[in-house]
Amino acid sequence: MSPMARTAPVPAATDPAIIRNFCIIAHIDHGKSTLADRMLQSTGVVQARDMKAQYLDRMDIERERGITIKSQAVRMPWEVDGVSYALNMIDTPGHVDFTYEVSRSLAACEGAILLVDAAQGIEAQTLANLYLAMENNLTIIPVLNKIDLPAAQPEKYAAELANLIGGDPEDVLRVSGKTGVGVEALLDKIVRDLPAPTGDPDAPARAMIFDSVYDTYRGVVTYVRVVDGMLHPRERIQMMSTRASHELLEIGVSSPEPTPSKGLGVGEVGYLITGVKDVRQSKVGDTVTNLAKPAAKSLPGYADAKPMVFSGLYPLDGADYPVLRDALEKLMLNDAALVYEPETSAALGFGFRVGFLGLLHLEITRERLEREYNLALISTAPNVEYEVTLEDKKVVQVTNPSEYPTGKVAEVREPMVSATILAPNEFVGAIMELCQARRGVLGGMDYLSEDRVEIRYRLPLAEIVFDFFDILKSKTRGYGSLDWKADGDQAADLVKVDIMLQGEQVDAFSAITHRDKAYAYGVMMTGKLRELIPRQQFEVPIQAAIGSRIIARESIRAIRKDVLAKCYGGDISRKRKLLEKQKEGKKRMKMVGTVEVPQEAFIAALTTDDSKDKAKKK
Amino acid sequence: MPSVLPLGDPAPSDGLLPAQAADGAAARAFGLYVHIPFCAVRCGYCDFNTYTATELGGGASQDAYAGTAVSEVGLAARVLQRSGVPARKLSTVFFGGGTPTLLPAGDLAMILRAAIDQWGIEEDAEVTTEANPDSVTPESLAILKEAGFTRVSFGMQSAVPHVLKVLDRTHTPSRVPQVVRWAREAGLAVSLDLIYGTPGESLADWRYSLETALSYEPDHISAYALIVEEGTKLAAQMRRGEVPGIDDDDHADKYELADQLITEAGLGWYEVSNWARTPDQACRHNLAYWRGDDWWGIGPGAHSHVGGVRWWNVKHPVAYANRLAQGYSPAAGRETLDSDTRRLERVMLEARLQSGLDVSTLSTLGRHEVAGLIADELVEPAAAFHGRLVLTLKGRLLADAVVRRILPD
Repeated sequence: MSPMARTAPVPAATDPAIIRNFCIIAHIDHGKSTLADRMLQSTGVVQARDMKAQYLDRMDIERERGITIKSQAVRMPWEVDGVSYALNMIDTPGHVDFTYEVSRSLAACEGAILLVDAAQGIEAQTLANLYLAMENNLTIIPVLNKIDLPAAQPEKYAAELANLIGGDPEDVLRVSGKTGVGVEALLDKIVRDLPAPTGDPDAPARAMIFDSVYDTYRGVVTYVRVVDGMLHPRERIQMMSTRASHELLEIGVSSPEPTPSKGLGVGEVGYLITGVKDVRQSKVGDTVTNLAKPAAKSLPGYADAKPMVFSGLYPLDGADYPVLRDALEKLMLNDAALVYEPETSAALGFGFRVGFLGLLHLEITRERLEREYNLALISTAPNVEYEVTLEDKKVVQVTNPSEYPTGKVAEVREPMVSATILAPNEFVGAIMELCQARRGVLGGMDYLSEDRVEIRYRLPLAEIVFDFFDILKSKTRGYGSLDWKADGDQAADLVKVDIMLQGEQVDAFSAITHRDKAYAYGVMMTGKLRELIPRQQFEVPIQAAIGSRIIARESIRAIRKDVLAKCYGGDISRKRKLLEKQKEGKKRMKMVGTVEVPQEAFIAALTTDDSKDKAKKK
Repeated sequence: MPSVLPLGDPAPSDGLLPAQAADGAAARAFGLYVHIPFCAVRCGYCDFNTYTATELGGGASQDAYAGTAVSEVGLAARVLQRSGVPARKLSTVFFGGGTPTLLPAGDLAMILRAAIDQWGIEEDAEVTTEANPDSVTPESLAILKEAGFTRVSFGMQSAVPHVLKVLDRTHTPSRVPQVVRWAREAGLAVSLDLIYGTPGESLADWRYSLETALSYEPDHISAYALIVEEGTKLAAQMRRGEVPGIDDDDHADKYELADQLITEAGLGWYEVSNWARTPDQACRHNLAYWRGDDWWGIGPGAHSHVGGVRWWNVKHPVAYANRLAQGYSPAAGRETLDSDTRRLERVMLEARLQSGLDVSTLSTLGRHEVAGLIADELVEPAAAFHGRLVLTLKGRLLADAVVRRILPD
């Protein structure tokens, strides 16, 4: 066992030969954060008494959900054979929605720890990130975690990992982030097995941004990996994608609290502060260079984050619209992938159409808005972006069913994904059935081990954004895992289904679906609304239509009795309070033509059946 | 009277009223409500403040109850006087429950006498008691008449045995014509209470109950839709699926039938759930509730109203008796209504009356709604042209919705 380093290498004066940059690739609950915490403790950068569980996951939501949304980098000293090394641990987002961020974090490293729960085996998202790491030529250190669990099957999963990446099952390290067993051996192995970074110290500076975070007090904190040259405080730097230049107010390393340094040299990982206030001015994947002596060529791999899933966000209380606007503005400072524009809905009032990387990104954003800004929101059913070509060759991009053009449509194209699903082989039939029903085309199937299968499908993105993952989980009793990435588009027979109350179209309930599914959607939505909308003083027809053709209809019968029969001396106060409550309730009603629709009906109609059932059970 | 008390401000232990109670009191009628919190059996649908035990103890026992009630009459007179409310003669008195006639007629007579001794009574005053057909005799009715009662309201509820059974009513239907005759012979006006919409009651059952009740030629009929209150035995049975749930459409059919048959029999509606043979035979005590007059409620859980101050007594008879025995007001809580709230109550209550609501009571926005109500056939157009909002039959069934519409702000 190695002792803690007696002296730590000094930033800006560290020989690349004693630097090791690595990240941890792991599935959501496979114990990445616990292991990271344990490393911080073993290397002495965090004292045991200061240990906040899962130190790296700062945001509350991250800690609650056990997932990492934003990565950070920590520099840790570690001594092997009398030499003090500088280990940079780059924390990566663990979720499929953040593939691009993951790829940039990986590009900042020479090696990756492949961390797998010894009781569960590898999951699809981990596999996807492992492929990314191997594409980036990272050296992989396979590690089984949670070996202290009674259900751990280290032999079985060591064989699975060895089979996947090559090598001997004996070389798979076994650790427990919880008890600390094996963690020091892992630190030693990182030093011994991972290559040191290389780069040209005399070339113009080039550093890759792998994360940028907005901090209320300091503005944007940008995390970089220096590839060539050196960055110093007080000099002017330039962002190569936008040519924007900034003064470098502070530069330093996290260990784990930010510590200013005299600069960052080849192979080093640290942070920059320039005083900018918007993460869009410090984009992940961009190259930072020196304005006075700029590099000729930026580092490869930069891409703009592209939203894939769109949803309308509306405040329940119309008066909260400015609050929502300000909140989105603030969130945007910290989330380069978030895009939004104002939108109005006849039914829901003023709101925003917001673009997200995926469904999790949507959920997290919505949750943060509700929690941090105390907003109550309605989000409309998520949509993908369609490209509609009219017969007059005009092309319209549609991110909201209400933008669907009314003219003659020549072609509709929808975004596609290639999806990888991992599951025990007993569920193959159920998974294929599900993917087939979602218009998927089988791409291939491989056995990872005797009883675990990887199934690849090409699917329309629209078919997986709503409830696909939940259904996959239930059909595989929780064992199935999913990873997907964008894979072009395809022409499809898509139509827009409108829902009308008393002949009045309700934009919030319109949907773009495959023609074969339009009828089912119409029947489902009209039926749901019939249950959810209270009886009015007149009959209310509910119709689903494609253009002018009605495909489903229901009706809500007129209410005939709404009177409390008795009202004597002792009833008056109670009845008045009931009336006041009803008047309050009426304020929360949305009017669709002359039909009063309670907000709850909108919420319930826009949530999946699954969550409605859950709400009922409460 | 529902047993759940409203939330309000605490009432002071001396019961003294805020100054506004006295404003304009001389011009308002003054009534007395007396709550008798005892029943022989508790009915499955009932959430009223009533008890079946004969011996609750102390001043709350049935034997001692009349004396306890009389002591509140004395307290009432002192509180009103000290609060600056001028003494007025009683214009109406109403004994409700519970089952008032479960007490000996002499006890009811004693309470009434104490009240008359205290305030005096108008010459043409209306004095009513509710009664269970099981608990009156020609003798007891004669005692009531002698004491000054003018009117008796029988809880008939239904003429159909299986319906009475679901309601837990113990009287036999054939007893009703007999007690109606006795009451008439004693010189008392007669009202019958009916309930419709009981689980298992068909439209034909309800028609039979109406026709039977009308055949006794009552002076007054009240017909209430069954309300299933939380916490009652019936609510629990419904939750467990042992009896079918309430269907508003069924209620609407039965209300329409009631209005048709009762009107054909020569009575007229004067409030959503009440019909009288002549306007003089409308229940004046209840009209006083709906017109915002003053009344004092005697008894546990009883509500009072004087000049925009509403209060209610502690609910349990034992707590009630103890408070009075110690010389404290039995009031548990109260609310002092501001002018907006009084206007809202006025709209809410007067809209239910055949005499209607003065349209000028409404705000500008509220008045703008009236045209729509005429178009929707919810209010009488001719009355509206004369400045009064009077509900149509359809409007009576949707009275709460109408009230919400005319109170838009």
